Amino acid sequence: MTDQTVLDQAARPEFHPRWYRKRLSTWWWLGEWHYLTFILRELTSISVAWFVVLTLFQLRALLHGPEAYARFAARLESPIMIAVNAVAFCFVTFHTITWFNLAPRAMPVRMGGKRVPEFLVAAPNFVLWIAVSALVAWLLLRTP
Amino acid sequence: MADKIVLEIARYAPDRDEKPSFQSFEVPLRKEWVVLDALNYIKDRVDGTLTYRWSCRMGICGSCGMMVNGEPKLTCATFLSSYGKNATVRVEPLRYFPVVRDLVTALSDFLVKLQKVKPWLIRNDQPPLSQGEFLQTPEQLDLYKQFSMCINCTLCYAACPVVGLDEDFVGPAALALAQRYNLDSRDQGAAERLATLAHPDGIWGCTFVGECTRVCPKHVDPAGAIQQYKLTAALDWVKSFLLPRGHEDAPREAGHD
Amino acid sequence: MSESTSNSSKAKPSNEAFLWLLFSAGGVVAAVLIPIQLFLFGLAFPLGWLPQPRYEHLMALVQSPLARLYLFVLCSLPLFHWAHRFRFTLYDGLQVKHLNEVIFAFCYGGALLGTVLAAYLLWSI
Repeated sequence: MTDQTVLDQAARPEFHPRWYRKRLSTWWWLGEWHYLTFILRELTSISVAWFVVLTLFQLRALLHGPEAYARFAARLESPIMIAVNAVAFCFVTFHTITWFNLAPRAMPVRMGGKRVPEFLVAAPNFVLWIAVSALVAWLLLRTP
Repeated sequence: MADKIVLEIARYAPDRDEKPSFQSFEVPLRKEWVVLDALNYIKDRVDGTLTYRWSCRMGICGSCGMMVNGEPKLTCATFLSSYGKNATVRVEPLRYFPVVRDLVTALSDFLVKLQKVKPWLIRNDQPPLSQGEFLQTPEQLDLYKQFSMCINCTLCYAACPVVGLDEDFVGPAALALAQRYNLDSRDQGAAERLATLAHPDGIWGCTFVGECTRVCPKHVDPAGAIQQYKLTAALDWVKSFLLPRGHEDAPREAGHD
Repeated sequence: MSESTSNSSKAKPSNEAFLWLLFSAGGVVAAVLIPIQLFLFGLAFPLGWLPQPRYEHLMALVQSPLARLYLFVLCSLPLFHWAHRFRFTLYDGLQVKHLNEVIFAFCYGGALLGTVLAAYLLWSI
């Protein structure tokens, strides 16, 4: 008998008392606050994709000339688009915050043999985010 | 009149019941009592058929893990008084495991998964005894020490939704323990563990929910261990992609048919 | 479950590693660069909080090679981040694992499509 067969038998023996096994509901993630915040964090990816779609349409509008771009910009002013983008903005910001807070767990930083506390590893990322955002905003807003 | 607290305990007898039901017990609320004390009180004085695991009653053996008010907890480390006077404390077997009886879960699946990751020192060579013991600096110890604190209590399995969703997912404790050995300077078995770990049922099944770390009574941080190994496996993939011939062969498993 | 060591002399890390690397890279790009641009174009400019940049200014910015590269990375990598994350959300959240191949094709196929579209648009501008 190979090792694998022995292991399989140990896991699910042929003759054993009936075990009770509960099946997980499709709404398992509503059962707990931490599960819900996890799913919300995962759903931020939809807003990320939405931004890319928006940007692709924006690039296409730029390609087609000033009138096309003006129409694109006007469409963004409708209440529905504002609402959608406001929600999307909240989600992508949530992504940023959770991402920078979690990333240090994948890359523990050690200095002088001791582990650097996680918020010290996360903090420079936030600083970078603010700095780059300021740069992008400046590039877009300056009038040459 | 001494304070009392009510425990609602899941009961399940496989020869009698189709599914678990709850039974209420009133128990004295003593200031220094933990949930395990209440369970022992019930078993000693009220209902001797109540079935549950426990041993050291000091948070090191990992036997007494149960769901207390929906949270995976070591019952020997959970004070009754933290639930308040006249509270109802719901005690259930650990989530996502088959229930054998009352509060006892079937752990054989977990043990199989634990064995799969080879949580022991693997050497390619066996230095002679005359060479003396392996030496390790405090810095080398620090690399894996946190992950060595695991007491196999499986609270993390009860917290992880992927464990509940996927029967084959190796799970937080096993993956953290694999990483404990991968990071041990005395170990040479990282390549041998790769197939089990860098697998859709291994680390790639983990979506970094992080609940395992939150509930761990020994602060092992299995989520951190898994993410670190994801990075290692990813860099390993890049190396094997860029240098397919230069990549070291994994040692063949001894005695594998 | 078949052991990979029975087929090859070396255990090769699963190709999931590559998809995870794309997910991580996309996650960083999205985290750093998306909020400000979404804020400006999605809220600040349409609502009049800040003056709209003129078409000529935007075109001048976009046409520089550095900006084209920047925008390509901004459009491509976050899509792969979405693909990976959304794929797992469908597996876990909705437990539709039996639609494995369909989900995989939809997610990564979508990301590839977006990448190609971005490349085309940024080449043509």
